[in-house]
Amino acid sequence: MAILEVHNIEKHFGATRVLEDISFSLEQGQALAIIGSSGSGKTTLLRCLNFLETPDQGQIVVQGKTLFDAADPDTQRESEIRKKRLHFGMVFQSFNLFPQYTALQNVTLASQLLAKEQPDFKANKANILADIEVHGKELLAQMGLADRSGHYPHQLSGGQQQRVAIARALALKPDILCFDEPTSALDPELTGEVLKVIRSLADQKTTMIIVTHEMAFARDVADQIIFMDGGVIVEQGDPHQVIEHPREERTKQFLARYAEN
Amino acid sequence: MELILEQMPVVLHSLNIGFLQTLKLFFVTLIGAIPLGLIIAFGSMSRFSPLRWLTRLIVWVVRGTPLMIQLLIIYYFPGLVLKNNWWGSGETGRFIASAVAFIFNYACYFSEIYRGGIQGVPKGQQEAGMVLGMTKSQIFFKVTLLQMIKRIVPPMSNEIITLVKDTSLARIIALQEIIWAGQAFLKGSQGISGAIWPLFFTAVYYLIFNGILTVLLGRLEQKLDYFR
Repeated sequence: MAILEVHNIEKHFGATRVLEDISFSLEQGQALAIIGSSGSGKTTLLRCLNFLETPDQGQIVVQGKTLFDAADPDTQRESEIRKKRLHFGMVFQSFNLFPQYTALQNVTLASQLLAKEQPDFKANKANILADIEVHGKELLAQMGLADRSGHYPHQLSGGQQQRVAIARALALKPDILCFDEPTSALDPELTGEVLKVIRSLADQKTTMIIVTHEMAFARDVADQIIFMDGGVIVEQGDPHQVIEHPREERTKQFLARYAEN
Repeated sequence: MELILEQMPVVLHSLNIGFLQTLKLFFVTLIGAIPLGLIIAFGSMSRFSPLRWLTRLIVWVVRGTPLMIQLLIIYYFPGLVLKNNWWGSGETGRFIASAVAFIFNYACYFSEIYRGGIQGVPKGQQEAGMVLGMTKSQIFFKVTLLQMIKRIVPPMSNEIITLVKDTSLARIIALQEIIWAGQAFLKGSQGISGAIWPLFFTAVYYLIFNGILTVLLGRLEQKLDYFR
């Protein structure tokens, strides 16, 4: 069974239709790459999955459970949306680290706040907080940042900041980790270190959706690729097939423009 | 010079009493205007447009007219127009009227600083909190509040130092603050008359107090300098 099924998502901003009839599914442990030019709706799609935007039509199903159904207001209750967001992790283009916290605090803050809501928190406070800290340090080490845990975001390079942001998203153990153009705000020499980390996550069978402009990376890492244009899915399938032998004219044009640059 | 030294103890005693009233007005204004400013800031950012426009209209009027006129209107309006001087005629009434005028005036200035501070925190900070499953209040208190405070400390310091000096405007309704106390020796008070130096000397009080405030506020700014 697919871990994620998206059915017929549609989204308007005022009179502008930004997403139309978006459907796809994702298996556990797979990586899905979404490519397409700016304004094609890729980012809006990720934001819909994270409940930062509310789709006008369609359903979002995770592990067989309908998290969102535009036709069913019961699935849109504010109080439950907060919990539903935890199925997804999100890594933003501009990192959005909390500047007043150290790298480690950025990774552990949300876990600590969630732990406080558990009924047994008071009884085991010290143990729970210690576990969260150990887990946070492990994640930073996994990102190659073991020696940076006490640094504040402004003391880190863009690539390091983005790796902290990945650790922060992983800390809550999301079912599906979403990346919104994770390297677009980075200098070319810093892009590699972030892509390497995402590649290693793919090797560990992390379920991921990656919106990216790095075509070679998408081809090598993804199990499935979607090309979007004008708010619709133009072509989807095997990465090598879509990138090397696209069927649709629009995909060919997009990739040709990319090859020129 | 000898005369000044002779007059000094009497004058200082009087100025001290006046400065105490100045300080009282200063602190009461801060205590009232800091929270009221936040309420006005929320009003001016409200999604309910009539409230938003009404708040912005009030802020425009209050910031666009002299505080001295506001003091005069607030103090004299009830007695002259409504024929009911609810402030009474004593020093307490003058103080309350001054405090009302100052709190309202400063709250409007603070509200604009807060608005800038709140809107200056990038939207991405809130979104990062949301995708991490935080509640709205957790996002406000754990994520945005400190960033907001950091942004508003420098402009607030400016306003606070201006407030110290602005309290002297309450002299216009005869509040017995330090300018009033210094001026008394011109007309004659406690056996001293025709002396202008006490009035000039009040500047020393303002200068010293603002010196202390500048150091304290500078320290606060430094304390928040650990992040960008």
